Amino acid sequence: MSAALTFCRRRFLASVAALPVLTASHALARSLSGIKPPFSPFAGDPPKPINPLGWYFLRPAEVAMMEAIVDRFIPGDHLSPGGKDAGCATFIDRQLAGSFGTSSRLYTKGPFMPGLPTQGYQGELTPAGRYRLGLARLADHVRTHYAGKDFAALNHGQQDEVLAGLESGKIELKLAPGFSSRAFFELMLQNTMEGFFADPLYGGNRGMASWKMIGFPGARYDYRDYVDKHNQPYPHGPVSIYGEHA
Amino acid sequence: MARLLPRKDVVIMGLGWTGSILAQELTTAGLEVLALERGPWRDTASDFNIGYMPDELRYAIRKDLFLQPAQEAMTMRNNRTQTALPMRDYGSFLPGAGVGGAGVHWNGQCWRYAPTDFECKSHLTRRYGARKIAELQLQDWGVTFDEIEHCYDRYEYLCGTSGKAGVIKGVVQPGGNPFEGSRSREYPNPPLKMPYSSSLFTKAALEYGLHPFPSPSANVSRPYVNSLGVAMGECTYCGYCERFGCANYSKSTPQTTILPVLIKKRNFELRTECEVMKINLHPDGKSAKSITYVDATGTEYEQPGDLVILCGYGLMNVRMMFLSGIGKPYDPRTGDGVVGRNYCYQTGGGGATLFFDDKRFNPFMGAGALISAAHDFNGDVFDHSNLDFVGGASISSGQTNGRPIGSRPTPPGTPRWGSQWKAATAATYGHVMNIGGSGSSYATRGNYLDLDPTYTDSHGRPLLRITFDFPDNDIRMQNWVGTQVEKIARSLNPKAMTMGKASKGWNVVPYQSTHNTGGAIMGADPKTSAVNRYLQCWDVSNVFVMGASAFPQNAAVNPTGTVCALAYWAAEAIRDRYIKHPGPLVPA
Repeated sequence: MSAALTFCRRRFLASVAALPVLTASHALARSLSGIKPPFSPFAGDPPKPINPLGWYFLRPAEVAMMEAIVDRFIPGDHLSPGGKDAGCATFIDRQLAGSFGTSSRLYTKGPFMPGLPTQGYQGELTPAGRYRLGLARLADHVRTHYAGKDFAALNHGQQDEVLAGLESGKIELKLAPGFSSRAFFELMLQNTMEGFFADPLYGGNRGMASWKMIGFPGARYDYRDYVDKHNQPYPHGPVSIYGEHA
Repeated sequence: MARLLPRKDVVIMGLGWTGSILAQELTTAGLEVLALERGPWRDTASDFNIGYMPDELRYAIRKDLFLQPAQEAMTMRNNRTQTALPMRDYGSFLPGAGVGGAGVHWNGQCWRYAPTDFECKSHLTRRYGARKIAELQLQDWGVTFDEIEHCYDRYEYLCGTSGKAGVIKGVVQPGGNPFEGSRSREYPNPPLKMPYSSSLFTKAALEYGLHPFPSPSANVSRPYVNSLGVAMGECTYCGYCERFGCANYSKSTPQTTILPVLIKKRNFELRTECEVMKINLHPDGKSAKSITYVDATGTEYEQPGDLVILCGYGLMNVRMMFLSGIGKPYDPRTGDGVVGRNYCYQTGGGGATLFFDDKRFNPFMGAGALISAAHDFNGDVFDHSNLDFVGGASISSGQTNGRPIGSRPTPPGTPRWGSQWKAATAATYGHVMNIGGSGSSYATRGNYLDLDPTYTDSHGRPLLRITFDFPDNDIRMQNWVGTQVEKIARSLNPKAMTMGKASKGWNVVPYQSTHNTGGAIMGADPKTSAVNRYLQCWDVSNVFVMGASAFPQNAAVNPTGTVCALAYWAAEAIRDRYIKHPGPLVPA
């Protein structure tokens, strides 16, 4: 202890400025001045369920198109409702209106340069911008190739043909640097699946449709009595964060 | 102008695993310790709430607890002929943020490295000759397994690690890993319950002649009071482990093992949302004077300290050394210099996905370390004389989660959307198991870290640049191990099966592992290592650098156990030797 104290006092600096009030509480230390706020911590906040009514980002024509697309990605049948009825378009709308849509947590400084496939997305557009541009160009493409029709007015075979064309790269919409038609397809597919399989509080997976379909118990938190009961079905249905159960 | 603050004995950058260990040890030794953490305070009760922690979208997909690239990004390229570009989102690896750091959201796979891992170069040279490893830049650690065995033990008893010892005081124990280094005693807790997939793997591996065992888990198998008197709860196999905080107090994290004790100490202070800008050196460049940091209001402070300990994620520690002018930067053209040297990763690929009709795995029952492994092909356990590589992999099978956004495999040939996709997903979910291989990552001259010449953070400081691709040696190794995995997998007669393959072209998009190592490596020679065997900077003796940045190359299994054992090792050296006689602990 004495050695430690010697060490403590060894190089004491006397020139101490007036002590600022320092706080370890993040609630009081959030606002930043002079520099871009890097990160708004909200890990401690409970999630807010989305308001199911209306549209926050998508415009009416985009809604019709998006609902038709998510319904082809996830068609309704005896296994589950389709992507539209499961709320996948609502989910995407709310995601695009929030921090995902604006890339608020990502690195968005330039310069923007063409990247290699191993370097990930290098475009300048946020997800919201990518949807806005992609849906507009896709609408143009469909009108040009299907006698002036909107995507939602095509039959299922035609809709699948368009989506498969995007997926394979056969349809090239000329979007933006770093943002190919295939990347647009992948973004829509990823977000649709997120909506279908996420907790219902985000707007998709209504009635826990996907969880019932695959047998995923959702927000349950204790399997101690079951983990070593091998090759047996789990006896309980899913629950959601806000207390739905089936 | 930075405001000058009163000095502290010790200033720690980053309050994750290593920061918590160092702060606990050095406050116990009587020192005044200040930790600067750029993220927020986090604790179980308020931040890892059991009511909404099981939220895959928020925590696993949108990565709520992780470092956000807006705060600190990195750039990457596969080799020096390419132009590095920023990782605009983190994908391949996910650094932590906030109090607890990556220790909050790790899986809890709590390994020791093998004795030969620490003497990699000299061991392989003795056994196979120098030519065998000529394409690699392997180095010894400067510390041996036996020297730090008691540090591993301290960490395991802090965590309540649950497992089965393989070798105790030289005696092989049934049911454990017979290839592990000899340990002083059994794990503090028994292994977790075994899920179906692990039991099938174990049976198949035994029939193949291997020696499977339950992986050591920092998800505790029963209620436990740790070596600091902190109580932990029993793991519930909830399946929300990696990427999540644990709401059960079952996963060992700084929050569940150290902070409840540390935070009460009068000689410990934590300042959150304070980002370290740089370490200021005295004019002779041989010792650090202070740390400059910026708080959440944007105000800049100068914090003097007698001892500065970098406890950020390894990559951030390396960047801080570059930004502060500590140590000579590594030059990949000449092989000279030390900071940035021997950056390594973890080799993946060579795993099997097995599809069954008649087996039900309930994959959502999982824990981060609910795994059975075999180390017959790990490190140098097997003879490489007639093989065209060195190193090896841990092969394993278990259940970490069945969260459906990220995990819903379908048999090969299934479309990715539409009715057929849906029918296959509904029929397949719950009937799939994996056998994976986690491989060593060995250093080459061309894989390294430095500062990016173009891209900067929100403070205008250069980002760290990673130049990395998987070395050919490691790809040959992983694919050879993959042929062993394939034979074991086929013996289980799956209805369908897919095999992964290791290949060139490290890609930053798909998640691989947050096991980035090297860049500030430890060793016996100041010409080829940035820190000595006690993790003390060779050039600036009152700066110590914790983290996997100290690994000269990476072994096959998860790094956290070794990171924390080295933190105890360094803390002991500071406590027992440095405090009494400040200065270099090893003559340069």
